[in-house]
Amino acid sequence: MTKPASSHQTLNDAGEFAESIPHEKLVRSRTAQAMLWVLLIAAVLFAPALLYPVFVMQLLCFALFACAFNLLIGFTGLLSFGHAAFFGGAAYICGHAVKVWGLPPLLGILLGGVFAAALGYVVGSLAIRRQGIYFAMITLALAQIVYFLALQLPFTGGENGLQGIPRGTLFGLDLNNPLPMYYFVAAIFLAGFLIIYRTIHSPFGQVLQAIRENEPRARSLGYNVDRFKLIAFVLSASLAGVAGSTKAIVFQFASLTDAHWQMSGEVILMTLIGGMGTIFGPVVGSVVIITLQHYLADIGSWVQVVIGAIFIVSVLLFRRGVVGELARMLKISSV
Amino acid sequence: MLKLLLAQGMLGLNNGVFYAMMSLGLAVIFGLLNVVNFAHGALYMLGAFVALILYSYVGLWFGMSGFHIGFWPALILTPIIVGGFGILIERFLLRWLYKFDPIYSLLLTFGVTLVLQGLFVNIFSASGTPYPGMPDALKGVVNLGFMMFPKFRLFAIVFSLIVCLIVWYVIERTKVGALLRAGTENPELVKAFGVNVPLMVTLTFGFGTGLAGLAGVLAAPIYSVSPLMGADLIIIIFAVVVIGGMGSIMGAVVSGIALGLIEGVTKVFYAPAANTVIFFLMVVVLLVRPSGLFGREG
Repeated sequence: MTKPASSHQTLNDAGEFAESIPHEKLVRSRTAQAMLWVLLIAAVLFAPALLYPVFVMQLLCFALFACAFNLLIGFTGLLSFGHAAFFGGAAYICGHAVKVWGLPPLLGILLGGVFAAALGYVVGSLAIRRQGIYFAMITLALAQIVYFLALQLPFTGGENGLQGIPRGTLFGLDLNNPLPMYYFVAAIFLAGFLIIYRTIHSPFGQVLQAIRENEPRARSLGYNVDRFKLIAFVLSASLAGVAGSTKAIVFQFASLTDAHWQMSGEVILMTLIGGMGTIFGPVVGSVVIITLQHYLADIGSWVQVVIGAIFIVSVLLFRRGVVGELARMLKISSV
Repeated sequence: MLKLLLAQGMLGLNNGVFYAMMSLGLAVIFGLLNVVNFAHGALYMLGAFVALILYSYVGLWFGMSGFHIGFWPALILTPIIVGGFGILIERFLLRWLYKFDPIYSLLLTFGVTLVLQGLFVNIFSASGTPYPGMPDALKGVVNLGFMMFPKFRLFAIVFSLIVCLIVWYVIERTKVGALLRAGTENPELVKAFGVNVPLMVTLTFGFGTGLAGLAGVLAAPIYSVSPLMGADLIIIIFAVVVIGGMGSIMGAVVSGIALGLIEGVTKVFYAPAANTVIFFLMVVVLLVRPSGLFGREG
């Protein structure tokens, strides 16, 4: 593979490298985005009035996970097939810290995030030594080490997972009550989402997108491409870790499922369905997938077949995802 | 100690030839199509199930309960059936994605994996079924001097090695292989010489997946036939391929066998690490020689 992975996206013959955005489209995009932000915050604030809070908390954890993943695939062009290691691994660390060391949940979640960042540094440093499809295979193989550690280490509870993690208290509020727990999770989600949004729209984020579009060119402009990739990887891993830790507190257990490669696949699917490289896509995608799993729980293991079929159909027909397709139809920017 | 080492080494060699055959198929497909076939593990599982179905179910479907299609015919039929299934995947699904980033074909084959695994879990349940059709000639053990070794495993090792050698010979030394290698280097030019490249691509995919099916038949009498038997295997194969580098056929075979041996020997020294030793070796190779031991590109 001597050609860059994204050769189909390179410049046109005239040498333009960014179509100039017409004023109208810019205004429309800004309005649409402001509306989406209002919608998102309102939905997060009022969801527990309409839906079962634990279900919405699960949604928020996966939405944050998918947004963190999207930072890599959508905005840096790196396909990590090992993000379950950060999500699931951090869940174990957070669970152990809260259950055995007696840390408060907020500190436990932060510790999970720090652990995922460190793990992300190691995995990222190794994986960026190869490009394109190899990157995916290396992250997958390294994540498998984490999976086997979660299976074999003495503190993880093996096949049973780490059970009975206490929810504890936050600023004197008992998190065993659904509402305080819910708004705690909502705050974490919104904070994480804001961090990702700001990252994408920062100069740093612009460099990441330049790497996605044309890595050799970004390199020739003098950017230390590997360094940028690694920072993006660590950021994405730590936010995935925060999402996994939060999930461990919500459900009060950390399980092998969260660290298995199938979970890495699920987060890819959520991002793909919602729209890779869009701001709101991963949120939409995780809502679609989690809702689907929720309502299809009755058909048991057929869910996997359905998920696989959705994967095939969306790769073949909807590579832009729900948000990407909508943005194209309405002629607005999805970033 | 030495005896134990040799015994685990033989079992490791047995796994190693399976790794070799699997990564060989993956490398051939990657070479021509630039597709990493995630479904390779699921197709290995499919191969084992086809052998099981041929033996236990085909007779029942046609109302002849005593009728079995045994191991020897299965050894021929299964790769053809699995390869045919691979051809269908290539023709109807993968074909549409060649003009896009290769990650999409990886994701597509990942979806195929989920569908296949899910279907077999639902039809046959997740727990394994032993393959009842072991031929009489291969039952029992042989004395290797240092251990009693199951005849069937010995057969599987020798047979797989022969298959690997034949594939290597065909690709590196025959005219068909030369076309294949030329297609890998420059498909446009090969097209210009009047070769039907799309057909070649389809057949190559069928051939690579057929090899996975063949590994599945050979594995069926050794391990129990289960829907998840290929699930973790595919990740090991990915690591093998990263270690060996996808550039060379010999590289895939040699690293597959070597890693199987190392895995077996690790069981003797520190059993809990046997699951992960291949992945740690991959880390070492990435640090020392990022393009893989036999790889050509960086």
